[in-house]
Amino acid sequence: MAQTATASKSVKFIITRQDSPESKSYTEEFEVPYRPGMNVISALMEIQRNPKNAQGQTTAPVCWDSNCLEEVCGACSMVINGKPRQACAALIDKLEQPIRIQPMKTFPVVRDLIIDRSRMFTALKRVKAWIPIDGTYDLGPGPRMAESKRQWAYELSKCMTCGVCLEACPNVNEKTDFIGPAAISQVRLFNAHPTGEMNKEERLEALMQDGGIEGCGNSQNCVRACPKGIPLTTSIAEMNKETTKHMFKRWLSV
Amino acid sequence: MKGYYSRKLHSLLGVIPLGGFLISHMISNYKAFEGGKEGFMGAVHFLNSMPLVFFLELFLIWLPLLYHGVYGLYIAYQANNNVGNFNYERNIRFMIQRITGVITFVFVIWHMYDTRFQIMIGKITHDELGAVMHGIVSNPVLFALYVVGVLSATFHFANGLWAFLVSWGITVGPRAQRISTYICMGLFVVMSVMFILAMTGFRDAEFQAANAVIDIAKTVLS
Repeated sequence: MAQTATASKSVKFIITRQDSPESKSYTEEFEVPYRPGMNVISALMEIQRNPKNAQGQTTAPVCWDSNCLEEVCGACSMVINGKPRQACAALIDKLEQPIRIQPMKTFPVVRDLIIDRSRMFTALKRVKAWIPIDGTYDLGPGPRMAESKRQWAYELSKCMTCGVCLEACPNVNEKTDFIGPAAISQVRLFNAHPTGEMNKEERLEALMQDGGIEGCGNSQNCVRACPKGIPLTTSIAEMNKETTKHMFKRWLSV
Repeated sequence: MKGYYSRKLHSLLGVIPLGGFLISHMISNYKAFEGGKEGFMGAVHFLNSMPLVFFLELFLIWLPLLYHGVYGLYIAYQANNNVGNFNYERNIRFMIQRITGVITFVFVIWHMYDTRFQIMIGKITHDELGAVMHGIVSNPVLFALYVVGVLSATFHFANGLWAFLVSWGITVGPRAQRISTYICMGLFVVMSVMFILAMTGFRDAEFQAANAVIDIAKTVLS
């Protein structure tokens, strides 16, 4: 009985699609039967089960990327009603209809809503976002981290490389080579670690390369968009301070 | 030059010396409102009595202005403004910073052509600057354009100072950045009022000079 009551309600979608990385994008409308508590991913699953557009024509099911479905993996980032966010955490009940879904075009589109976030992982490699602990012998335990520091550093460690901050940033685009806020914040995280700190100059110098921290123009959209609430602008300002100090230290020590 | 240093230099030059120059320009112009023609001429003579005035102008105004202006146009070109989807105060200021930068760039060229350039080619002397300004601001259309130019310049400086404080790592946390917003926007209001009062000061009839100078002002404007 409950099913017959809800079957009459439907949810409208306007989805931006693209068949291949080189082809042109187009929009297609869908109508999906409403179920209580549904989110954008479950609606996309419904389209997958019954791939018919709003006109009733059979079409290729919409492709998307997702993994954890609990907003910790960062895979299902897409632009929903103009805002980049995680589709798994986008509840239909809280969205204005028709729901417009687009891929995050700051990244290369692979197909439909699937994007290639490789540039973010390249950026993490560039800034050496790891802690080197491997040696030819046991290096023993590292220095301990103060609890007061661990608490704020933990917030930075929540970054899931989802790419939402890059999509929100007006300075991450084809005209610049700016690596974006996420990697800058990771430098702060790894430079805060007592062992990671031993290599902090390497990471700061990576931020002072072309496309590094200079690309930030303080629009501060990143901190508003971040689904994990990471204080990205505080991280950027802190790294501005550290790179400035490093610059003067380098000049004055030769 | 590597991006980091060129951008850092752009940020520095905007405040030191260009911001300092804008403030000194405002103070000397405000003399026209406060002390009339005598006050303004006193400020002009004081500035021109500074030692090595040519080199002061070259290194503290012209070269920094050229670098900051040209590199700034490139920075403005690089942004893909997105205030439609991200209608936030900081993002709007980010966009206005770029728009006012371009307006200020055009305005400064126009204003320098009217004043400093005419002195350089010998058409007017420093003593006739007040009369030239009187000629410009007495025209309602030019007065309005000057208000736009001046508001752009003061906003660009005040908001640029806010961004400078972030970019050099002086204001790091959200509270520091919020309070510096209040201070910088207060500076924008104060500077705008003082500049506009100075412009109304120049409208006073006492700046009207001999006909010859007015003719020069007219040819400059046409």
